[in-house]
Amino acid sequence: MKICVLVKEVPDAAVEKRINPATGRMDRSGERNLNPYDTHAIEAAMQVREGGEVEVDEIIAVTMGPDSAVRALHKAVSLGADRSVHLSDESLAGSDVVATGYALAKVLERESPDLVLLGQQSDDGECYTIGAVVADYLKMPSLTQVIQMDVTPGKLRCERQAEYGYDTVEIQLPAVISVGDAINEPRYPSLKAIMGAKKKPLDAVGIGDIGIEADRVGEAGSKVVCGDFKAPPKKAAGEIIEDEDTNDTVEKIIAWLDERKLLS
Amino acid sequence: MSGILAYALHYEGAFNKNSLGGVSEAAKLASQLGCEAHAVVIGDVSDELAASLGNYGATKVFRAKDAPEGLAQPVVDVMAQVMDDAGHQYALFGGGLLGFEIGAGLAARLNAGVTMEVTQVNLADGKLTAERPIHGDSSISTSSYKDRGIIIGRLNAFETAAPGDATAEVEDVAVALSEFSTRATMVTRGEQRGADVDIEGANILVAGGRGLGKPEGFELCEALADALGGAVAATRAVVDAGWYPYSTQIGQTGKTVSPKLYLAAGISGAIQHKVGFQSSENIVAINKDSNAPIFEYSDLGIVGDLNKILPKLTEAVKAKKG
Repeated sequence: MKICVLVKEVPDAAVEKRINPATGRMDRSGERNLNPYDTHAIEAAMQVREGGEVEVDEIIAVTMGPDSAVRALHKAVSLGADRSVHLSDESLAGSDVVATGYALAKVLERESPDLVLLGQQSDDGECYTIGAVVADYLKMPSLTQVIQMDVTPGKLRCERQAEYGYDTVEIQLPAVISVGDAINEPRYPSLKAIMGAKKKPLDAVGIGDIGIEADRVGEAGSKVVCGDFKAPPKKAAGEIIEDEDTNDTVEKIIAWLDERKLLS
Repeated sequence: MSGILAYALHYEGAFNKNSLGGVSEAAKLASQLGCEAHAVVIGDVSDELAASLGNYGATKVFRAKDAPEGLAQPVVDVMAQVMDDAGHQYALFGGGLLGFEIGAGLAARLNAGVTMEVTQVNLADGKLTAERPIHGDSSISTSSYKDRGIIIGRLNAFETAAPGDATAEVEDVAVALSEFSTRATMVTRGEQRGADVDIEGANILVAGGRGLGKPEGFELCEALADALGGAVAATRAVVDAGWYPYSTQIGQTGKTVSPKLYLAAGISGAIQHKVGFQSSENIVAINKDSNAPIFEYSDLGIVGDLNKILPKLTEAVKAKKG
């Protein structure tokens, strides 16, 4: 069995957020890292391999993004992937969800995996719908927000929470599954794995290598135009208390609640 | 091409509230555009129930009786065919998980533009544009569509119109499902896990998240809720982890509440949770991470250790209330 895990680099959440005073927008430069939600997808792949129900031949991390995205691939490999594929091409810049899904599907077609895993969303909040797009291009069944996945030869039994409670769904492979963050606790990579990550095979491909039609990607190939950024209606900033002396903090909270008649 | 097609999710003989919001929004926009709003329903829906979408402004309802409800891909097959046959320019979804999955798959199928988490739809030059908050709601971006557009609402973004008394025409459609759409099958749907707790009527909610550290952390929330005369709520993360019952979950796939006081303990405040309680009158957050997004929209934020603060706060509330 071959498993591909789609990963993405995102701004590191541990880095303090800054608002650019000139534009009023979030400054998203600085450190970037593997999307934390994706670590659950890699862990899920590792647990399939270690579970012994099916034999996993290969786990491949796949990303699309600029040169810096290599770092996310190294992290993915340190967490257990055997090798990685980096789709990078100037003509991909500005691709919308559909164009991105199309391009990723082209990479995946070449690998022809039995299972494609991805995280439930990207930490920079762009979209948690890419799995459904990729699945439609690959003509594979798909489910998102999966929190329990049992693998048997040729088949998955998945659980997830939807509008009316928990659903259990049986899915025949090959399939595209995006996993929820409750599915597992990702392991930490060993120092050895971190050091060795750069030595694992990394295949860099451009759009010509895998038959991506240039007019279906990038800004020109995207069907949605995003722009006109504006600030949301301002909500009055809340009061913040740093808890130094807890008795004092509690007294302030009580006064605040009392003022709003919430203690009567 | 003209017209808007809205998906109406149903379960146990009733339409989803967010779907009714979606149909209402589609009808409102259609009247501004000078076209019609239609709806699509899947599976076992009675003539009467399907026609009742006319009350919310749909003039026609396409019903695919033989397709299974509850999974996204069969609905993509149905909607793609209906939109191609009837020539709809837009598809619209109220907030909810299935809408996200269907809308994204449909965008791929039709090679259309898609926007998710939409909070407002506007008209510009005879076309629809969609507003979507991005970057943790710090900015709003506007989407426009080169061709067809797929608009997926954020939870509770579209208001349900006051029902009228119109009846929609119901048209049955036969759709051949894609082979891959039939390779996923529902085994059980809508299973409830844990006790059935009513939190929607509470004036005060104390909500706990992963920051509680362990299931027993909810005891701190329960004690404070008792003292305040409120109930306890939870985030999806801790419900999925089995710490607290599903019936107490607030957010995207849980309940929507607007109590007088929402006190969030150990909750970072992700968008999917925020959409379930943001209309609360007063929001208080306790979290040790000063970077937690919840501090950006709470009325009172306390940066500190909830294990120290909650017990003392509970005692102080008791003392104050006598």
